[in-house]
Amino acid sequence: MHAPRTECLLNLIDQEYAIRDYQSDIPPRWCTGCGDNAILTAIQRLCRDEQLPPEKTVFVSGIGCSSRLPHYMNAYGFHGLHGRAFPVAEGIKMRRPDLHVFVTTGDGDCCSIGAAHWIHAIRYNMDMTVLMHDNQIYGLTKMQASPTSPRGLRSNTTPRGAYLEPLNPLTVTLGVPNVSFVAQAADWIPETLFDIVSQAYRHKGFSFVRVLQRCPEFMPHRFDAFVQDPSLTRLLVHQKGLTLTPDTSRTYRNQEIHDPGDLNRAREIASLTEEVPVGILYRNSEVPCYEDLREGERPNTPGLIRTVLDEEFDKFTIWPEDQPDQPAAS
Amino acid sequence: MKPQVRAEAETKPVGKKSPAKADKKKAQTRKPAGKKKAPPASRRRLAEAVTEHIVEIVSDSGEGAQRCGQSFGSIAARTGLGIWTVEIIPAEIQPPARSVAGASGNRVRLASRRIMNGGDEADLVVAFNEQVLLSRVRANELKPGCIILLESKWRDDPDPAIAQSYAEVTAELTAAGYRLHEIPMEEECVRFVPDTRRGKNMFALGMLCNIYSLDLALAQAQVRFAFRKKDEKIIDINLELLDAGYQWADANLDLKFAIKAARPRDPQIVVNGNTALALGVVGSGMEVCAMYPITPATSASHYLSDIFEKVGCVVHQAEDEISACAFAIGASYAGKCAVTITSGPGLSLKQEGIGLAVMAEIPLVVVDVQRGGPSTGQPTKAEQGDLLAACFGGHGDAPKIIMAAATIEDCFYSVITARKIAETFNMVVVVLTDASLATAQQPFPRPRFREDWLAPPIDQSAVPEDAKPYDWDPRTGMIERFIPGQPNGMHCLTGLAHDRASRVAYDPEVNEEGIRNRSLKLAAFQRTLKTPPVHGGDEGDLLLVGWGSTKGAIEEAVDRLRAEGKAVSSLHLKFLQPMASGIKEVLQRFDRVMTIENNWCDMPDGDLIDEYNRRYSSLAWLLRARHLIDIDCWGETRGQPIKPGRIAEIARGKLS
Repeated sequence: MHAPRTECLLNLIDQEYAIRDYQSDIPPRWCTGCGDNAILTAIQRLCRDEQLPPEKTVFVSGIGCSSRLPHYMNAYGFHGLHGRAFPVAEGIKMRRPDLHVFVTTGDGDCCSIGAAHWIHAIRYNMDMTVLMHDNQIYGLTKMQASPTSPRGLRSNTTPRGAYLEPLNPLTVTLGVPNVSFVAQAADWIPETLFDIVSQAYRHKGFSFVRVLQRCPEFMPHRFDAFVQDPSLTRLLVHQKGLTLTPDTSRTYRNQEIHDPGDLNRAREIASLTEEVPVGILYRNSEVPCYEDLREGERPNTPGLIRTVLDEEFDKFTIWPEDQPDQPAAS
Repeated sequence: MKPQVRAEAETKPVGKKSPAKADKKKAQTRKPAGKKKAPPASRRRLAEAVTEHIVEIVSDSGEGAQRCGQSFGSIAARTGLGIWTVEIIPAEIQPPARSVAGASGNRVRLASRRIMNGGDEADLVVAFNEQVLLSRVRANELKPGCIILLESKWRDDPDPAIAQSYAEVTAELTAAGYRLHEIPMEEECVRFVPDTRRGKNMFALGMLCNIYSLDLALAQAQVRFAFRKKDEKIIDINLELLDAGYQWADANLDLKFAIKAARPRDPQIVVNGNTALALGVVGSGMEVCAMYPITPATSASHYLSDIFEKVGCVVHQAEDEISACAFAIGASYAGKCAVTITSGPGLSLKQEGIGLAVMAEIPLVVVDVQRGGPSTGQPTKAEQGDLLAACFGGHGDAPKIIMAAATIEDCFYSVITARKIAETFNMVVVVLTDASLATAQQPFPRPRFREDWLAPPIDQSAVPEDAKPYDWDPRTGMIERFIPGQPNGMHCLTGLAHDRASRVAYDPEVNEEGIRNRSLKLAAFQRTLKTPPVHGGDEGDLLLVGWGSTKGAIEEAVDRLRAEGKAVSSLHLKFLQPMASGIKEVLQRFDRVMTIENNWCDMPDGDLIDEYNRRYSSLAWLLRARHLIDIDCWGETRGQPIKPGRIAEIARGKLS
């Protein structure tokens, strides 16, 4: 909360970061064709473009394929517990608002085991950028149905097909009070993926980006229709949202002008079933961040701690006979 | 029996001289002479000098008996008496009125010396109805011949069932030899407040102050303090009620006790264990407390919420226990060591996070205010059931430090110590307290703040280019953690097995190296511990070993036994994992050793339970495993603090 912010400025003066400065010396171990690679690329590009000092940047993740991402970044990484990335990231941000906090999570990590934390993280609206890699399957544990798996999906735990309708992460997020940024991207449209990630980073608050992510191993054909037929992708464009390059605009003709301030329309778009919306669904920069609401007015110096403790002790003290009696009522 | 009680009712008793009194004489003759002779001619009674008394006040929930008891304890402490208060808490917020299960209130033990526990049975009880009184009788909490001051309005209750219940209970208690005084509290209080559910408690407080010869001016100051957040009118009414109770007792009761008080030489503070704990968090310099509401831990966070922001710090109420632990871990990882405060069920949920903190070597303080278990158990009651869960609760090999607070004062200093250890060794430190410490009050020397209680500011300087985040010291296993913001310190911390560079370990050697080094830290820390002192003689026939809140009761029992000439001593452990060196040698100097714990152990019964299947108390398991000594144990899981009298009885049995 009272971290040395000036150092960050001093360090910036003569540093120029390139993409390689954000690449760790561990090569990514995702499968060939995995959509996570595209997300990693977009993030490294973002870091470079924003010139984020690696030592001031923290990538927090849970468990799953998506959550390996921090290992591949040259930054501080926190590869913690399944489902618990949000509360860890909140604890970091609470005390260190000077750090750039990213959360990489997946459909199992975020929408299943971490669902309670996800809902509340939206409410806290702490300033962090969330990338929810949604491949609609558990990959690392070898193909079990996830909460976002389509109904009927045959998996190792649903050999006769998934029984339930999938959970829609967009409508859920948009339904929580204090929601401040919701977007959807697709790993196979890298240019808009990068654009969305950048806007998410620049939004102050809890920026939730669901990235539709291909899993070539366990869901090889899940998104084929969308990749092959661009008309099934509805691009959300707006001067306050995505603005398309001419190339993208030519390929993706199914476009809707959508004002990210329109929550009701955002919810309708989020509910589309035949098409995949891509773009900024909702943005509200007026929602206060929890870390700002809780920021202390005074830094906890030893002198202040002494004063406050003595004030509290006074309330409960019995003084000896030779000292003036100070009844607690004072 | 009943007709006799009716007869008493007809006389509209006000304190003394009821015809039924004569029948009580028999019971009273067992009391020391002079305590209650024939009704005194003069109202200027001479106070009977006693060295200690145990007073209880019980009411329906919401009638303020707890506030009355706490205030009474504080006033007594201010006059220089040794006190220990114990809360009597129903499990529900609004249990049914006039029910045995709904008794709410406080026990206050007063003595002319410093006392360390709630004592045995009560000498005097104030009760607002006969049902709550009955709960204390049924729990065997009253001494034979105990003085009872009972609200008398129920005798004439329009509901015949209530009137009958009252008559039956009073008759039963009178017959059992209790010294019953029926007091028209309602009648006296209604002159000041229309709703006597709020007010009777201050009348009772006035009576108690008179009975125990306490200074009325001190009592008035305490009442003003207790109602400091209310407006002046309410304070005035309560002061009037206090005075009315004081005067009424003076005019109508022939009860007067004096316990010699000695004002302390140094300033003392009177708080309960949870308040001490919260003050300790402030004093430790920790900056974040993440918690989720759970009884009986929450009151510590209530108080902390009140004061923590004044020093620029945060109490975060998380969405669940898991999240509270993870939040604290996140805050610790990026800043100073953080704390999460919980109780048994919360500890179970936090085990996953604790395991991560162990694996990633993130400092963390976890406070477990233990309650009855397993499962939801007895949320408001005392038990020492979580020791083994704290030591071994998580999966895998997860070495962490477990310490227990033994007194109210200890609740304060333990947090400060725990923070230091956690940050020095980059380890998890679990501090165990329990429901009996959480709500008990006792004066202790006012702490003098020291800057070395606090953590230094977090290091944000660059680390050397080739430094590794887990560069385990070969001798101690210790590391220097890299904190986000430190240039060159970038690494990906992980809950996976990892090497010195924090890279995922696929190699069996690397996995074992991490496990060995994390274990080594525990040994390195253990070398800093001193052998705890023995209470009593250094050797003898029997050694009682305890941990946590039972210390006062065990030592009092030892003192009584030694006064009887028995060679009994006790040893109390603060650090339970690891344990100090030299304990084995202490145990070996006694013929017999047994632990006294507020948790379950099977007692060999010559039938089903034998040495092959007996389950021991928690500390007994640890000591037996560590020292290969045949240590016996005795435990109780009644939800109450263990009484010194009971411990003495068990020890006598063990000696015979």
